[in-house]
Amino acid sequence: MAQFKLIVNGETRTVEADPNMPLLWVLRDLLGLTGTKYGCGMSQCGTCTVHLNSAPIRTCMFPVSAAANQSITTIEGLSPTGDHPLQVTWREMDVPQCGYCQGGQIMSAAALLQSNPEPTDEDIDAAMTGNICRCGTYLRIKAAIKLAAQRGAAQ
Amino acid sequence: MSAESTQLNRRAFLKLSTAVGGGLMLGFRWGAAEVVPAKPATFKPNAFLRIAPSGSVTLLNQNPEIGQGIKTAFPMIIGEELDVDWADVVIEQAPLDTEAYERQVAAGSGAIRTTYQTLREAGASARALLVAAAAQQWGVAPQSCRTAKSVVTHPPSGRSLTYGELADAAGKLPLPRSVTLKSTKDFSLLGTRVRGTDVPKIVTGEQRYGIDTKTPGMLYGAITNPPEHGQKLGSVDDTAALKVPGVVKVVSWPDKVCVLATHTYAAFLGKDALKIEWEAAAVRESTARLSQAFADAIANGSGEHRRRVGNVERALDGADRVIEATYEVPFLPHAPMEPINMYADVKADSVHLLGPMQTPANARQLTSQLTGLPETKITTEMTRIGGGFGRRLKTDFVEDAVQASRLAGTPVNIVWKREEEMIGGNFRPAALYHYRAGIDSQGRLIAWHLKSASITGRGAIVPTNFPNGAVPHFQVDNHRVRSAITTAAWRSPNHNVCAMLDQSFLEEVGYALGKEPLAFRLELLRQAETDPYGNINYEPARLRGVLEEVAKMADWGNPPAGRFQGIAAHYSHHSYVAQVAEVSVTEGNLEVHKVYCAADCGQVINLSGAENQCQGGIIDGIGAAWFGDMPIVDGASANTNFHTYRLIRMNEVPEIETKFLKTDYPPTGLGEPALPPASAAVANAIFAATGVRIRKLPFNANDLAG
Repeated sequence: MAQFKLIVNGETRTVEADPNMPLLWVLRDLLGLTGTKYGCGMSQCGTCTVHLNSAPIRTCMFPVSAAANQSITTIEGLSPTGDHPLQVTWREMDVPQCGYCQGGQIMSAAALLQSNPEPTDEDIDAAMTGNICRCGTYLRIKAAIKLAAQRGAAQ
Repeated sequence: MSAESTQLNRRAFLKLSTAVGGGLMLGFRWGAAEVVPAKPATFKPNAFLRIAPSGSVTLLNQNPEIGQGIKTAFPMIIGEELDVDWADVVIEQAPLDTEAYERQVAAGSGAIRTTYQTLREAGASARALLVAAAAQQWGVAPQSCRTAKSVVTHPPSGRSLTYGELADAAGKLPLPRSVTLKSTKDFSLLGTRVRGTDVPKIVTGEQRYGIDTKTPGMLYGAITNPPEHGQKLGSVDDTAALKVPGVVKVVSWPDKVCVLATHTYAAFLGKDALKIEWEAAAVRESTARLSQAFADAIANGSGEHRRRVGNVERALDGADRVIEATYEVPFLPHAPMEPINMYADVKADSVHLLGPMQTPANARQLTSQLTGLPETKITTEMTRIGGGFGRRLKTDFVEDAVQASRLAGTPVNIVWKREEEMIGGNFRPAALYHYRAGIDSQGRLIAWHLKSASITGRGAIVPTNFPNGAVPHFQVDNHRVRSAITTAAWRSPNHNVCAMLDQSFLEEVGYALGKEPLAFRLELLRQAETDPYGNINYEPARLRGVLEEVAKMADWGNPPAGRFQGIAAHYSHHSYVAQVAEVSVTEGNLEVHKVYCAADCGQVINLSGAENQCQGGIIDGIGAAWFGDMPIVDGASANTNFHTYRLIRMNEVPEIETKFLKTDYPPTGLGEPALPPASAAVANAIFAATGVRIRKLPFNANDLAG
């Protein structure tokens, strides 16, 4: 066990944890941030995606020790008002079905638009292929990303 | 459909009562009379809605929401008849209450069809009371009043009152004995696009699922199932598990072990540290053994006739030609994105259940049996469910939570690691299918015989599928093979494979006869429509309707350059869906470019949800058929997580165009019906592109290079 300082959604939080404890469980069970979901535990499905210093990571295999003193953004902190351009288009296009994977989908998409504000269809496929949606909302996810990009999500 | 007066013949409407604080409150329940105390002046005419003096209208959703959109669709039906302003509406999830509600399950695409009338009556009853209250206040005839957007108006005098203003007075009136439902042409809400109720919370991460449940004193429980199908629990050595920091207890009951800890990670580490002796199963199961057993059963066994019209054997003996083919499908897990989990708090005199259940009433019943407590001492709340696809119809995970809580003496939230779901069985059954078709000397299809073998009691078949009704001699048999592998309904049970098999073999027959695929289907449907053989449970005209529509949409027969078309139509869950798939195959690599979908599900409730269900069903149907496989090797599931159990991903999904036929039929299912024909349309398109007939699933187990 050791103490780790994490900057989560702009707030400094201190946790006592096994250094190998995946960030996923630190966020969910120790910090109560349950918007980040458990899906597979082996970086295959993308439901646990957050941003570490604005890059997308899969938290289910990412040890808390590797995130120490760094800035983490979860779906809860993507926008203080819930109005990130992707959250807006996700609502407008009524994307979710069961909704379980959608936080991870939005976090992957937000990272994409930050690094590539005008992605092609192929860019979107490449960035989103690691996120599984068992309900099959892929077409609406793609449409919502494209609409946000058209509106200049990066600005 | 025109406006209809409907007699409210529910068992018990009742009663006026004085509520605490002086406001009058009217409550009734569908099942039994009960005085419902409520906050002063809240109008709560039934278990489906409440109207507050502020004008806020709360609509209750009785069914589990699992991604099918019921938490939006049900309230829309009430809201349509209530003439509510959707902006005033707040939607709440109701708990399990079998006295207030008639059917609280997510299964069989049956909710809308079975509950449509009840919900309309609930909305119309409340509207009638609000109108009566306004009419009384104004001294006018109720018939001269109109309602729209949560306001009652009296056009002759120009007066108006909001539902909020009328709530208190409406609560003091007796309930109407009958109400008039709207004419469907006057619908202003049903058939429009309404955003999913929980979408705003989902996109901010605020939405809670069962797996997110945490209460004071609760422990997280990691479940271990037998690693091989049919094994029994022997001994458990938990010494190492208990040394993991955070692990509190290890409990076990027949064939399960649960490690309880203060956080999930510790529970998982503890689970991995368990040393368990498992007792061998009677038969060490494998796909190879089952495939052989299926083939033997079909060749030698006497199956159960699930359908028999005419005399198939004699017809085949006398046929000019017999066409035959054998198809095989694998086991499939459900793999909902939210892993299996359940919360239970078992106390000496009560139990609280909370979690993702498709059948909460079954969960409560099981809990009563396990604890010996009456059902009245068990409260059951449904969380929003992160997918189920049939897996959560079962209650095995409810038993896990109840047993763990009972044995540990604390509230628990049990979680299955993803691997546990994959090794734990409850699969769509693997099966083998042998088809024979008899052709007479004039080139007519006169006999159709399907012999299937699987491990379920009634077989992995749908004995009533088209071309049933179009063939004079028609027989479907099931041969049962016993296995320790457990099975469960998988989205669109049996239909999910039988549509592909029936629609593929039909094309094999048509191809042998030199018939064009669409024309051949229409010819057979004409027979079923005008002079059916035996009883049929589908309306051939409606199946023809969706086929003709999708052919138009896709410009059937004229695919874009380099693409090949396949067509399929299927009836399931009282709805009709036809699809055309456009594919290409390059050096053996399949690409599905586009799927056109024509659906006749009667009245569409939520157009956005309906379209989403069709897209999801098509993508799920194609993905499962293309990649879905669960081989059993040396007694165990060979695929244990998403690295080998492949699900379809964004870069593999086709464009989809969906059209709903405008018909006067009442609404029917849509959570499943778009799934079955999708794999059939793609398989038929693969044949058009390559000449390779897919007879074994998944698609990617076939060499498409030809």
